[in-house]
Amino acid sequence: MTGAPRPAALTGSRVRRSAALMWRGMRSEPRLYLVAVVASALFGAATVAVSRAVGWATDAVVVPAIGGDPEAQARIWQAGLVLGGVALTLALSVAARRIFAGFGYASIQAHHRRGVTRQYLRLPMSWHRAHPTGQLLSNASADVEAATGVFNPLPFALGVVVMILVSTVMLVGIDLWLAAAALLVIPAAIGANLVFQRYMSPAATRAQQLRAEVADVAHESFEAALLVKSLGTAEREEERFGERTDALRVANVRVGVVRALFDPVIELLPSLGTLLVLAVGAWRAAAGAVDAGDVVTAAYLLTIMAVPVRAFGWVLGELPRALVGYERIARVLDARGSLEPGTARLPRRDGGLAVRLDGVGLDVPAAGRTARLLDDVTLDVEPGSTVAVVGTTGSGKTTLVSLLARLSDPTRGRVLLDGVDLRTLAEGEVPAQVALVAQQTFVFEDTVRANVTLADPEDDAAAPERAVTDDQVWEALRLARVDGVVRALPDGLDAPLGERGANLSGGQRQRLAIARALVRRPRLLVLDDATSAVDPGVEQEILAGLAAERTASGRRATTVVMVAYRMSSVALADVVVHLDGGRVVDVGTHAELLARDPGYRELATAYEEETARRARELADERAAGEQAAAGDGAWDDAADAGAGDTGERLGEDLDDEAEEVAR
Amino acid sequence: MSDSRIATASELGVLATLRRGVQISPQIVDGLWITLGLAVLAAAGRVVVPMAVQRTIDDGILATGGPDATRVGLLVSLAAGALVVAGLCSALVNVRLFRSTEAGLASLRVRAFRHVHDLSTLSQGTERRGALVSRVTSDVDTISLFVQWGGIMLLVSTLQVLVATALMAVYSWQLTLVVWVCFVPLFLVLRKAQTYVSRAYAAVRARTGAMLGAISEAVVGAETVRAYGVAARTGRRVDAAVEETRRAQAHAQVLVASVFSSGTFMANVVLAVVVVVGSYLGVGGGLTAGQLVAFLFLVQLFTGPVQMATEILNELQNAIAGWRRVLAVVETPVDVADPGEAGVTSPRGPAAVSLRGVRFAYPDGPEVLHGVDLELPARSKVAVVGQTGSGKTTIAKLVARLMDPTEGQVLLDGVDLRDIRLASLRERVVLVPQEGFLFDGTVAQNVAYGLRELPPAGAEDPEVRSAVTAAFDALGLTDWAADLPAGLDTRVGQRGESLSAGERQLVAMARAYLAAGDLLVLDEATSAVDPATEVRIARALDTLTSGRSTVTIAHRLSTAEASDLVVVVDAGHVVEVGSHEELVTAGGVYARMHASWVAQTR
Repeated sequence: MTGAPRPAALTGSRVRRSAALMWRGMRSEPRLYLVAVVASALFGAATVAVSRAVGWATDAVVVPAIGGDPEAQARIWQAGLVLGGVALTLALSVAARRIFAGFGYASIQAHHRRGVTRQYLRLPMSWHRAHPTGQLLSNASADVEAATGVFNPLPFALGVVVMILVSTVMLVGIDLWLAAAALLVIPAAIGANLVFQRYMSPAATRAQQLRAEVADVAHESFEAALLVKSLGTAEREEERFGERTDALRVANVRVGVVRALFDPVIELLPSLGTLLVLAVGAWRAAAGAVDAGDVVTAAYLLTIMAVPVRAFGWVLGELPRALVGYERIARVLDARGSLEPGTARLPRRDGGLAVRLDGVGLDVPAAGRTARLLDDVTLDVEPGSTVAVVGTTGSGKTTLVSLLARLSDPTRGRVLLDGVDLRTLAEGEVPAQVALVAQQTFVFEDTVRANVTLADPEDDAAAPERAVTDDQVWEALRLARVDGVVRALPDGLDAPLGERGANLSGGQRQRLAIARALVRRPRLLVLDDATSAVDPGVEQEILAGLAAERTASGRRATTVVMVAYRMSSVALADVVVHLDGGRVVDVGTHAELLARDPGYRELATAYEEETARRARELADERAAGEQAAAGDGAWDDAADAGAGDTGERLGEDLDDEAEEVAR
Repeated sequence: MSDSRIATASELGVLATLRRGVQISPQIVDGLWITLGLAVLAAAGRVVVPMAVQRTIDDGILATGGPDATRVGLLVSLAAGALVVAGLCSALVNVRLFRSTEAGLASLRVRAFRHVHDLSTLSQGTERRGALVSRVTSDVDTISLFVQWGGIMLLVSTLQVLVATALMAVYSWQLTLVVWVCFVPLFLVLRKAQTYVSRAYAAVRARTGAMLGAISEAVVGAETVRAYGVAARTGRRVDAAVEETRRAQAHAQVLVASVFSSGTFMANVVLAVVVVVGSYLGVGGGLTAGQLVAFLFLVQLFTGPVQMATEILNELQNAIAGWRRVLAVVETPVDVADPGEAGVTSPRGPAAVSLRGVRFAYPDGPEVLHGVDLELPARSKVAVVGQTGSGKTTIAKLVARLMDPTEGQVLLDGVDLRDIRLASLRERVVLVPQEGFLFDGTVAQNVAYGLRELPPAGAEDPEVRSAVTAAFDALGLTDWAADLPAGLDTRVGQRGESLSAGERQLVAMARAYLAAGDLLVLDEATSAVDPATEVRIARALDTLTSGRSTVTIAHRLSTAEASDLVVVVDAGHVVEVGSHEELVTAGGVYARMHASWVAQTR
């Protein structure tokens, strides 16, 4: 990327920011706003025309006609037609203004929404983990709505500005004192608005923040629905949500009260102005400076001016909320720190990718200090080999393998694929050859086919060489041993999967995710404990199938790096990496590590050891039981008196088991 | 199984929706009479002031013999007084409406929120999470916006129409009739148009919901999107949803603008009609010119609020659309119903579970359990094993009463689960699901969540803190917790995603441990944990759960080896029940599973 793009955030004084907000919005849809503003000006003209036409009809037709003037009587219909014509113009201008203002409003909303979701898709995982889902959804909904609320009355206000200009000129022409009295409305409205903004801005900011928090609590709580059920904590969740909701209620009422006081003031001003004009007019007329007709005209011009004053009142009333909403969106739009892609390409050679980690370390900030998740990891993975990464829970395995797909960058050291630093690779190069299957699979609300290919017909048309046929999809499903499941679905590949794949079991989702990776024919496949919910036998088949895949020249097609716990799977690996506390403890074959790495031995033989331990324990207990029985037979008495059946059955079980072990 | 999907929107009509809405949030109509009284004053002010202006002009400024300054001064002061009083009244009405509606809507939000949690997991699954969120957020906001803005305007406008009608009638009942007759066709057209507007707004809300669903995929699926480099495609899908929303909004806007401008048109055409009809009436001698001019002035006081009312009715449709969507949630029947007060409080102590002839089918799906009979004695450790899709997880869900069997009974200490108060059941039976969901917060906060009595200070409370520490100690996880970047204060991130799946499971185990149920149902709760840690936890649980019962759903047969009873499920049938040794010796399904497992782990 060259140069920093203009930041979305607005700077400067409140007035400046407000002006910039409105200007940028209208700039993004210039045509729509031009039409809307022109229609609004036409509306202003038509409004004046209605009054004029009524006045004309009264003076030239109604009064003389009723007075008995036959010529005027003949014109009654003409007057009706003129009035009807003006009415039609007025209605059409209203329709045009509202339709185009509405189009503009919807387009600006869509524009903001595309903007924030672009960012959601671009920003790194670390950013996502720091931002609650509910807040992000709120940015795209409530904040966008707040930021654009001002665009509804805006074209109206701008168009009818014409009415202010015309009436000002006419007022000044009549009498300066009258004009001054009439125009007092404008500074009064501005003054009222300044006071309003001062109270409204903090109130609106708080309400908008709370709106996002309420969304956030709701989102998190609904995501946790199963947990809430299994612990029976619905009551507690209700309290948590109720507490935020109540805070929002208070904030909304606060906004409402400010608005409740402001709106009548804006409504009141033009009427008060009219009264003032009448009072001043009476004085000026008494002084002989104007005649009575001038005062009436001035009072009428003020009613004309009331329309734009109200319209600006609406705009100004919406502005604080709009600024708050926009600032919240701008924070997303201006967020930086994506993993900037480079420009290098990764040639697609034959066979699996060579992977090299060179002194890799990764730090994260945690509670005011830095925590080392990975330190000094150096590894070489031969093309086409299968590497198992083994370690206790929390030893950094996931962090390590996620570097290979560049889900994040190391703090120190380099990750190289076929000798090329991942950070220098151009956009799309890594996913084209590396596929990562995460522990937790994400299933899109789409068909089985789309979930495997992750492509639309447009993608296939754009890059036909990457298009995937149904046969290839089936082949991937077969390799992932999930083809049978899909075949059993009513629509096969076209079967829709619910939100997050709710209609599949955990193991089925994992296998679908593996198929999704395999269909890309990756040169590096990263499996992050991606088969934990898959039956062991099936897992074996999948891994064996992978290892058997060969390119045309007979090389192994795929380098596999997997995080695994099942020793049978680990034993299939060419190399095992034992990770502990973010450092590599040892690298070698399963047999080698078993022989020389005690930590690894403990992990690898945990189940065996446990079985043996249990057998020993049973034997001991049995021996102790026999001793006790031989001693005084107290066990039976105690069992009868106390635990009853259970004790006895337990005793029998123990005996059975002990026999079993002995045999 | 009853149909308990969450409907997109309730089917109620406009009035019924309002009635039901008010019934659920009675606070909205709190003190309504006083508010109405104030609104009448506000409306009266709106009519009185223009009339006072008119009088001032006629009697003061245009008085015979030149402007009468004293008279003007008096009238202007009176009008200004009325104006200020009316302004105060409308401010008060606004404030009162804000207070009462916000109170009502807050309780509606909470009620809908709670209802979502009361629904069964199956019902919850019928609607996207994002869309459910919008039901308690933006849909309610729509109602709130309307009631605040539209509520008062509707009141004031209606009153103003009535006052203006009365005044017009004083001048000429015939012309008043003409005015009303002109508006009748408009009302009829509008009634019809309202249904279209309503449909258009409903479409906007539905599209917005779908759009949020699409956006939430980009957020929740962020990692997958990055790992597969499909940001472009996801972006396109979101764009499509955004565009659909925009189009729906634009469509609704065209309708609304047409309705509103037809109101404007009629309001002004009425002037033409009054001029024509009034002139003929005048020519006929039924009306003086002065009366007609005065009437024309009043007509404009009448048509203003009528136009306003068409606008409000449009917005009302939008609010109703939102209201229907919220009500649809509240009205979704709860299929796993809490017997509540009528239910039994199950006494604490060792828990025995029996399944009698239990059959289960997911809605619209084939039967997955075909008559299961099982006795799970108290104080026993039971392992349920079977292939993927055999129905073992379904058994766990039935035991924890996440769902009810389609046939047969699940009994806890001899009492049908459906007869036990849910609060009591949840206290005794605790399920630990495979995907340990964590809240955004610290490890300590998440573990403390399991406590039945959580003090207000939460995890900050020293007692809670020591309980959390004790839970990790008891499970043999002290070292693991100490190694976390910030120990127990490590933040787990959204959905706990800053931790690995295995780590999340460890936190979830500690949390369940603190919940201290009598029966612990572990549904692959340690599937992503390394073998050494798993063995350690299993051993810890052995000692800890003596006196308690556990039902474990497991792939890893180490659990089965260590349990008192192994239940083998195959294709929806329980095929074998017995101790590990018995079943291994018997040489059946379990023996084969176990042999292959041993081969895989050594």
